[in-house]
Amino acid sequence: MNNEFHPGDIVLCRHGNTDRSGTFITMRDGMATIKLDSGYNIGVSLDEICLVTRPDITSTSPVAVTQNEALPQLSIVSTGGTIASRIDYRTGAVTSQFDAEDIIRAIPRLVTIARYRARKLYTILSENMNPAIWKELAEAVFQEIRNGSSGIIVTHGTDTMAYSAAALSFMIDTPVPVIFVGSQRSADRPSSDNTINALCSASAAVSDLGEVVVVMHGTMSDDTCHIHRGTRVRKMHTSRRSAFESIGIPPIGRVSYPSLEVHLEPAAIRRGTQEPSLAASLEERCGLLHFYPGMPPEAFTSFSDYKGLIIAGTGLGHVSTLLIPTIKELVDDGTMVVMTSQCLHGRVCDRVYDTGRDLIKAGAIEGGDILPEVALVKQMWVLGNEKDPERAAVMMRSCLKGECGGRSL
Amino acid sequence: MIDFGKVGLKAGIEIHQQLNTAQKLFCNCPTTLRTIDEHDKEFFRYLRATESELGEIDAAAKEEMKQERMFCYFGYDTTCLVEYDEEPPAPLNQEALELACIISRLFEMTPVEQIHTMRKLVIDGSNTSGFQRTALIAVDGILPNGGKIETICLEEEAAQRVDGDTFSLDRLGIPLVEITTSPCMKTPDEVREIAGYLGMVLRSTGRVKRGLGTIRQDINISIAEGARVEIKGVQELDLIAEVVQREVLRQKNLVDIRNELLSRQATVITEPVDVTKIFSASSSTILKKAQCILAVRLPGFAGLVGREIQPGRRLGSEFSDYAKKCGVGGIFHTDELPAYGITRDEVDRLFMQISGGSDECIVIVAADGKKAHCSAMQVIKRAKTALTGVPEETRKMLEGGSTSYMRPLPGAARMYPETDVFPVRIEPTWYENLPVPELLVKKAERFVRELHIDPALASQLASSDQVFLFERAVSEGIAPSLAARTLLSSRKELARGGSDISCLSAENILMVLKAVEEGRAAKEAVPVILEKVGAGTSVSEAISECAPAVSRSRLEEIVRRVVRERRDFVREKGMGSLGPLMGIVMAEVRGSVDGRVVSQVLKEEISREISPNTPGDKV
Repeated sequence: MNNEFHPGDIVLCRHGNTDRSGTFITMRDGMATIKLDSGYNIGVSLDEICLVTRPDITSTSPVAVTQNEALPQLSIVSTGGTIASRIDYRTGAVTSQFDAEDIIRAIPRLVTIARYRARKLYTILSENMNPAIWKELAEAVFQEIRNGSSGIIVTHGTDTMAYSAAALSFMIDTPVPVIFVGSQRSADRPSSDNTINALCSASAAVSDLGEVVVVMHGTMSDDTCHIHRGTRVRKMHTSRRSAFESIGIPPIGRVSYPSLEVHLEPAAIRRGTQEPSLAASLEERCGLLHFYPGMPPEAFTSFSDYKGLIIAGTGLGHVSTLLIPTIKELVDDGTMVVMTSQCLHGRVCDRVYDTGRDLIKAGAIEGGDILPEVALVKQMWVLGNEKDPERAAVMMRSCLKGECGGRSL
Repeated sequence: MIDFGKVGLKAGIEIHQQLNTAQKLFCNCPTTLRTIDEHDKEFFRYLRATESELGEIDAAAKEEMKQERMFCYFGYDTTCLVEYDEEPPAPLNQEALELACIISRLFEMTPVEQIHTMRKLVIDGSNTSGFQRTALIAVDGILPNGGKIETICLEEEAAQRVDGDTFSLDRLGIPLVEITTSPCMKTPDEVREIAGYLGMVLRSTGRVKRGLGTIRQDINISIAEGARVEIKGVQELDLIAEVVQREVLRQKNLVDIRNELLSRQATVITEPVDVTKIFSASSSTILKKAQCILAVRLPGFAGLVGREIQPGRRLGSEFSDYAKKCGVGGIFHTDELPAYGITRDEVDRLFMQISGGSDECIVIVAADGKKAHCSAMQVIKRAKTALTGVPEETRKMLEGGSTSYMRPLPGAARMYPETDVFPVRIEPTWYENLPVPELLVKKAERFVRELHIDPALASQLASSDQVFLFERAVSEGIAPSLAARTLLSSRKELARGGSDISCLSAENILMVLKAVEEGRAAKEAVPVILEKVGAGTSVSEAISECAPAVSRSRLEEIVRRVVRERRDFVREKGMGSLGPLMGIVMAEVRGSVDGRVVSQVLKEEISREISPNTPGDKV
């Protein structure tokens, strides 16, 4: 019977010399979490509490969202993540369970920028994303473009946001902005960056932009969000608000806060430049391997039947000499091997040292200045859409969606 | 004089004491305070009220949200991403938890079985996250007046306000204990005594921070016909009784005002009236510039808004405090007009436009439209509560002991779980085996009994931050009187003389005291020696510099005399007399001459004495 308490039950808990009244919240580590009337939670053994009443759960109906029909139409496609999270007080953990309307409700200023159509696709943490979901996401976003949205905002967990942004960059040609946004500090805290990120992304979504981007906090202060090209962005810090950085190129724009003015660099693709199209196929049997000194050849065996493999090598794009025959075998068996660099900044050049020259001889493709993760996503897309190995290799070497550049800046 | 029993005074204390731990409560930064000009980072943020896990927004938080405020923060090389709210917190500091539990034991409290860290919503900018982390540690303690300590919580200290909305982050995250008593005190003096007692118990641990700002009292006060009011930030113990007294006076006067309002059948008109035009040519610059001027009509309030309720504070001051939450500088009311550049004619026209009666008080607020409306509604809200008596509030102490309104009393809705910190189980055996320190009052009694120290000096010692060093000195063989005198007075004298005594470590002081005990330094020279050590000289150098100077010729004289006085002994023992004579000479020069020099001079003199050619022989 001890386990029969329900969240919200009013209970008495015997503690010290007094009986205290409180609310049963959850069981945790074998103890009952009780919210005392003072607001403090404490953990109490089950035999110290008894039920007083079980109040009817009155769910307050949420305030209706009224929108300004004169403003441009945006779509919010929510996939989960911190921007749309709230505390699950049964487990005490932060989980994603907001829908897009909740976001509008939580950030009322959004309705001064646009009107919104909300589409809840997933409520997952971004570490649980996978290529199959990228495809569904791309299809959903494409449908929103087709339905005439002036811009699409994808709320996404930050951990793998850059992968998804890269995936959609390759899969979709878009005439309107497709904006990935999230938050680094959970939405349940007064200092969360979710408000600024959401407002800046909405403002960017009605701007003159016309490509897939990530819009996130730019500095330590609440003053700017940066607009990053979807194929050039990387999460570079575990927790800071300004974790997202453009690598290899400067951000392609910024949004000032609180004015929400959007400034686009000349490099940014403008609204209406591209005709909408979707090529959502992906070859999922592609992998990414981070080389380390002493890595044994066996590390490659699980990729033996893969169609593609990206190696994040050292420096200019190297692995140990010992691994070169293994790589040659892979290539000979039909796996496309692309070399990128763990340095992230800079360009791979396998023509300077012997190891590099041997890699080229073994059939590895130089990845230029592409980021390792973007190379993986690109390879999935290239191999998913081009079956001819030689043409696929040419595509892999060319710049398709701004993921690489001829000049290192 | 107020009869506190008759008005039904009930008071309780919340005491906040910083703990002197090596690291902060939720990060590994040191708990060192910095000066503002040392800051090397600046950034700014906005805060928003959020819902508790039960879906409510706290009233106090809502009040702070009436205007969007930007807060600026200063960071240092002693602060990290946790203070900047850019990184999740580290686990709860074990040293701080242990200390909080030791304090709980001193008050004979019952610990909670499992501690949950909570977030207490505070969006006045003093926490970068918008909440203060706090955990309930123990309940049900005992006070000497028979009253109860309700709870002890372990919290993180807030950031220090530099100015306006700018905060310094060096203080944010320093662990502190919050001790809340029941409303068991009946007079202002009793409140002061209990506050003093709590402070004494806390200091008995020897591990709490000392100095201004390291301990703060909040006082909860109500009278029978009044309401619970929490007064924040009383730093000086001496002001506590005055604050309580003034709050009782304020509540009593508010009750009197209510009674008079009711007898006059006063009302509050809940729609403000736009009176901007009346002041378009006003010589009051505030009114002339204002986009929008709104009047709040209070029939039956005339004369009462201007009535003093506490030294320097009127009912109008309360209205003004409420209005300021919307960002205006203040209000005007007709009890104090004409004044501030507002003419009699303007006041007359004001009454005429709204056809107010002579018993009506009109409050005017001036700002841009949104702010003016917000302030007018705040005045209306506060005026309505004047009809019911005393509102429950959190108030801030002003200089002298009066108070101003801060925000509504916060409720349970401001608390929600800190999910980034795991709960901590308090093991009963661990708790029961924690060492309970001797209370300082008991120490003082023991000093009198065992060390024969004068009772007044003993209690002075016990309340001083030197008491633990004193005990150590005595245990290392220093005479109690010497240790007491040095620790209580010399350091103070040094500080008064403007010397930097921060480098006077316990070790250095003990070395000097030992030198005195061993006769290597004169008692009288201690302050001078300490001053030199404070200025950077090593202890041994300072001692030798301060020793009475003995010249070589004076030394030779002393040696000659000592040898001559013991001639028979010297002749009998020869060089064997060197050792015994060394002791005698060293005592004479009080350790001010290097032993090797003394030994050399002494050897020469002895050999002269025992040599057959000594001139003295022929005498």
